Amino acid sequence: MTTTTPMFPTAPDSGAPEAHFAESGGQGEIHLVQLYPRDMNIYGDWGNTLTLKRRLEKRGYSVKLTDYNPGDSFPADGDLFVGGGGQDSGQFRVMEDLQKIKPVLHELVRDGVPMLAICGLYQLFGHEFRTIAGQVLPGIGIFDLTTVGGETRLIGNIVTESETFGTIIGYENHSGLTRLGDGQEPLGRVVSGAGNDGEDGTEGAVTREVIGTYLHGSLLPKNPVLADHLIATAVRRRYSHDHLEPLNDALAARAREVAAARPR
Amino acid sequence: MSRPLVRLLGQGVRAATALRGGGSAFPGLLMEKLHPGFVAEQLARLPHGVVVVSGTNGKTTTKMAVQLLESQGLKVFTNRTGSNFVRGVAAALLREISLTGRFDADIAVLELDEAHAVHFVREVKPRFALLLNVMRDQLDRFGEIDTTRRMLAQVAAATTEAVVLNREDPRIASLADDVQPGTDVYWYGLSEHLRPMFPSDDDMRAVDGPVTAAAGGQPAPQALVELTDFEATDVEFLVHGQPAHANVHLYGVYNVYNAAGALALALTVTDDGRNVPKSDAGLASLLDELARVTPAFGRGETIMIDGAPLQLLLVKNPAGFRLSLASAKPEAYATMIAINDEYADGRDVSWLWDVEFESLRTGGVDLVTGTRAWDMALRLDYDQVPVHAVEPDLTESLHRFIAAAEGRPMRVFCTYTAMLSLRRALRAVAEVPEI
Repeated sequence: MTTTTPMFPTAPDSGAPEAHFAESGGQGEIHLVQLYPRDMNIYGDWGNTLTLKRRLEKRGYSVKLTDYNPGDSFPADGDLFVGGGGQDSGQFRVMEDLQKIKPVLHELVRDGVPMLAICGLYQLFGHEFRTIAGQVLPGIGIFDLTTVGGETRLIGNIVTESETFGTIIGYENHSGLTRLGDGQEPLGRVVSGAGNDGEDGTEGAVTREVIGTYLHGSLLPKNPVLADHLIATAVRRRYSHDHLEPLNDALAARAREVAAARPR
Repeated sequence: MSRPLVRLLGQGVRAATALRGGGSAFPGLLMEKLHPGFVAEQLARLPHGVVVVSGTNGKTTTKMAVQLLESQGLKVFTNRTGSNFVRGVAAALLREISLTGRFDADIAVLELDEAHAVHFVREVKPRFALLLNVMRDQLDRFGEIDTTRRMLAQVAAATTEAVVLNREDPRIASLADDVQPGTDVYWYGLSEHLRPMFPSDDDMRAVDGPVTAAAGGQPAPQALVELTDFEATDVEFLVHGQPAHANVHLYGVYNVYNAAGALALALTVTDDGRNVPKSDAGLASLLDELARVTPAFGRGETIMIDGAPLQLLLVKNPAGFRLSLASAKPEAYATMIAINDEYADGRDVSWLWDVEFESLRTGGVDLVTGTRAWDMALRLDYDQVPVHAVEPDLTESLHRFIAAAEGRPMRVFCTYTAMLSLRRALRAVAEVPEI
């Protein structure tokens, strides 16, 4: 494949409208909380946090970034929460801690606080995870869904379509099969790939402002619409407006085209 | 067909595919079909048995281990080509065995990836194993890091005489529980002050620094070889607790650490009581030999182009990429990054988000290339690293990169299949060793 090559002498999006605020932080502070980075960090989840942080900074917000790990005091004043996937061993530690912070998380969800839960954390945001061996890990029931361990892993590039967010592109790698409850809204419909359980054609879940999904890749860098939705929700709650300066997402657009065309 | 005839047929196919410049595993595949027990039978004839090396960066480590054992006077059979499947071993055997069927080697040192090592040890019980680390580059093939660990546990359990383990990788260290009674366990490790330099993939986002095997409260076992310090090519070890100095001319700090592993393995194999021949000079001759090790294909290999050096650096997981980036001052080099997502590279490029690229901010990146060039460019953008051009075509990029370097030394960070393509493209402009 040959492509005409744009030149990016410095930052690719210099000159775009976001330069207006010159990353002054003058728009105010947003408190971004990364959930369980020590145990749930293995699929490039840092990319989601980094994307939220940079896109806020480009709009002139300063970002307070807090890592929350098991046993820490919970930062209940967070504006935006994001967490990822991990190994089974990490998932167990996280499961125990989640039970402790369950009441405050539910309160935040009711208040419309935006959250993004990927893969392992997505599963634990449901009712329970039942392993192949029959062990039951209780979740915290933010989503109406249950997950059972599957025989084969669902691995590969995935494209889904969401009415709210358009085409969502990423990479899935999970053995858990997730079944949505009757009233549970999915995040998207699978265009190519497996999704929640590889059968019902749904992927992820949305409840109030909480988004759960199996997609990494990382998810947010290549899906700036999702990133900006989370940011706008956080900004609206804190500052009563949700105007976001548009950013130049030309690189993300090219990366999306390529990812959507790659083999599974 | 009679067995010698099958072997001769395999050798003929090997010669033919070698002439064509083709894949190294095909003749082995043929042997596997015609004579399934071929590899096990041949290796069983070796007087000093089989050594299995497995883990990320196993190729350079295997090369070191082979040279160290050769320096002791042993004739070592190995799978040099990087074709590390059982059939790759069969193909390598076909090359080594004379047409009359004589297999002239004392010991085999084989680098096997985790999944193939499992198959291999079912057929051939290794006498020794060196297990290096469990990293994330196999994630989308094996699903979970813990799956990789379970595969290596089978290798450890099949090893009959001694396993050498990386003390600082918690998943490797825990393999000590999997060895059979009667099989010895030896360790190589890092001094306490070096440990923070070598984060495992688990530690990437851990705030408290690397998790060590000793984190569970038990004291760390004494290492046969401990890496205590290094500066440029000067390397300091503790061997059996005694200071020892060596020169290691390999690029990247992880290679220096793997040298500790290779040295521990060589000392274990030639230890008194194992009846393996060795040089009278013992440890001194092993330390001398370390200075003569050159990188395996793509592991820091340098190719000269019109007098300017171009380094090919294989990247396949966050820890390795980070260490490669940290191994030199980036401003002094022209830099290209080539990211493919073919099966052998791993289809998932999520891991690029766990590498920090801030060190490239000052010097920038001249070119980004490969099937996932735009993903890589996006990644660099979020770390505010200037990217001068994006060109997914590898050959086109290579030519533009060399032209733009204007005599600066060049570094190319590349995934596995990107490296294979770049080496082919380099043949047009430089002398590239056959692999």
